[in-house]
Amino acid sequence: MSQHRSGLDALMATVQTRGVSRRGFLRGASLSALALGSPGLLAACGTEGAKQTAESCVSKDLSATEKMLNFSNWPEYIDVATKKVNGQKVTTLPTLEDFEKMTGIDVEYNTDVNDNAEFFAKVRNQLGACEPTGRDIFVLTDWMAARMVSLGWIQELDHANLPNVDANLVENLKSPAWDPNRDHSVPWQSGLTGIAYNAKYTGEVGSMEELLTRADLKGKVSLLSEMNDTMLFMLRITGADPEKFTDEEFGVALDKLQEYVDSGQIRRFTGNDYVRDLNAGNIAACEAWSGDVIAMQYDNPDIKFVIPEEGLGLWSDNMLVPNKADHKANAEKLMDYYYDPVVAARLAAWVNYICPVNGAQAAMEKIDASLVENPLIFPDAEFLSNAMAFMDLDEKTRQQYEQDFSRVIGS
Amino acid sequence: MSVSAAHLGGGEQQQAAAVEPPQKRGVTGYILLLPGALWLTIFFLVPTITLVSTSLYDPAGSVETGYSMTWHWQNYVDGIRDYGVQFGRSLVYALLATVACILLGYPLAYAIAFKSGRWKNLMLVLVIAPFFTSFLVRTLSWQLLLGDNGFLVETLKTLQLLGPDGHLLATPFAVVTGLTYNFLPFMVLPLYASLEKIDPRLVEAGHDLYASPFTAFRKITLPLSMPGLVAGTLLTFIPAAGDYINAELLGTPTTRMIGNEIQDLFGAGAYPVAAALSVTLMAVIVAMVFLYVRRAGTEELV
Repeated sequence: MSQHRSGLDALMATVQTRGVSRRGFLRGASLSALALGSPGLLAACGTEGAKQTAESCVSKDLSATEKMLNFSNWPEYIDVATKKVNGQKVTTLPTLEDFEKMTGIDVEYNTDVNDNAEFFAKVRNQLGACEPTGRDIFVLTDWMAARMVSLGWIQELDHANLPNVDANLVENLKSPAWDPNRDHSVPWQSGLTGIAYNAKYTGEVGSMEELLTRADLKGKVSLLSEMNDTMLFMLRITGADPEKFTDEEFGVALDKLQEYVDSGQIRRFTGNDYVRDLNAGNIAACEAWSGDVIAMQYDNPDIKFVIPEEGLGLWSDNMLVPNKADHKANAEKLMDYYYDPVVAARLAAWVNYICPVNGAQAAMEKIDASLVENPLIFPDAEFLSNAMAFMDLDEKTRQQYEQDFSRVIGS
Repeated sequence: MSVSAAHLGGGEQQQAAAVEPPQKRGVTGYILLLPGALWLTIFFLVPTITLVSTSLYDPAGSVETGYSMTWHWQNYVDGIRDYGVQFGRSLVYALLATVACILLGYPLAYAIAFKSGRWKNLMLVLVIAPFFTSFLVRTLSWQLLLGDNGFLVETLKTLQLLGPDGHLLATPFAVVTGLTYNFLPFMVLPLYASLEKIDPRLVEAGHDLYASPFTAFRKITLPLSMPGLVAGTLLTFIPAAGDYINAELLGTPTTRMIGNEIQDLFGAGAYPVAAALSVTLMAVIVAMVFLYVRRAGTEELV
């Protein structure tokens, strides 16, 4: 561009003789706009509370006229089959397709929930302002479901439309503290948090404390970045009750975690992606979710799941109908359909998480007899007595805890 | 830019027209500016203002109660106090990656520009080829390459270059390697563009004047390739400093960069501090770039 230089210089000289250069003009204009505009704009900002109530945000139900449903779920969380159509392999979702055939409702199934906090960020602006999210059902873990219910973002369900749910929902999930009558939520699947290890690279790891202190595992261990899962075990290690603890106890548990991080024992904090590292042997043992481990065992028999001595973390993912979703009745039909024991068994046989439906265990005989006695899919009462849930936290406390937790896992 | 470009060719006439009244200049240029200005207003100015204002909210707010504007400058102090280490680390990693990119990229760009002959186009395609796959896939591949039981680590252990407990993955080395790899094309392409424009006769002339190859390089090639080097440095350093994918996938809790912290804080709902850190990062980078450009000069960058 240097050959144009003389031309450019000449131009600049010309403009400058008029008093203001182009650059100067632009700079001046933008700076003064900024100076004039921004304090006003900034001060006008601030955000309103995002809490809604049944009165402040009224939803319509168009189910009678629109036979459709938008369903957002986590990846790999529904039964999949491949079949050949015209010589080409296509993946199908058998139970969901049967539902469509049975009811004539057209289901748009999306796997766009990857992380509770991330999904919250995705829909927070719409739900806070009582605007539609374009989804009729989404599936979130207990603590996030609780948060959304307490913000008033979730529609109340009509139990008259949910006879199967009322009849078949397992006893221990009937009344969580955050939704005592299941007025806003229906469990999709439950799961357990425990320890997984790769037997090719290490021997059995029996407790979370062992996982975090054993010298031969140094730098070969990962924990989950979900605060509930990881802090539940930290609270147990420091002698507190994860179902009922105080701020001080949480602080002590967090200091303990900091100690483990500082010791270099923990290699990473992960979401679902520990699966890859554990398979490859980059980590030898880790905190893991039961369903992932069973799914991995199909390809790699060296992967083992252990119930830690401290106990198991128990959680559920829940189907929720957000405000301004237009097809609540259709959504209720789908919820009820998945509480048919046969359908539930078909789903559980594929996703391998804990099935929340009574009667599915009997129905499983015909589908995959090898899974009937699997305690990670159909746990009995004794098994569940080891399980712990994380205390419900209010919005403010959770935010503080999450922030403290993220500071520790990222030091 | 569009204004000056429109007038560039007509510089001489423009000078002649200088005595005429300014209205003659017309509004075409400004109309042409409109789409770009509109775009910048919507997608740069408004988000920036929102970000700055969020960084001054009262951190005691929550999604439930809303955030009120209290001009809480303390957010910045808190952010720097709590995350200063990660801040410094980001700058150091980005700097290391930029230097590595220059060391790897300059010879490569030089070879493509002067020595590649009929392979020139092929080599350029090879530089760009990694962009055909996603950033994430490329970074994940490094997990395989550097894996604890992978070929590279096994070889290094056999050669005694790495202790029996040593590993490459989940170390600062892995993070800087990932950054270097991912941003290398941004260094090579501008360097190539400026090297390619250099007239080889200038170097020949230097040799005729008894300059050694090194002196000729130092006095002719290097200064003439400065625009490419400056552009490449900026294009590498700026995104590398804000990157969090590499630290997330190849690092450990002790190699986290400021991008990871901002991401986590947004996830945890601590919007004011997260926004304050974002603004600080932007300000620090702008200041550094400003100083760098002052020293290196952008006159030739155009």
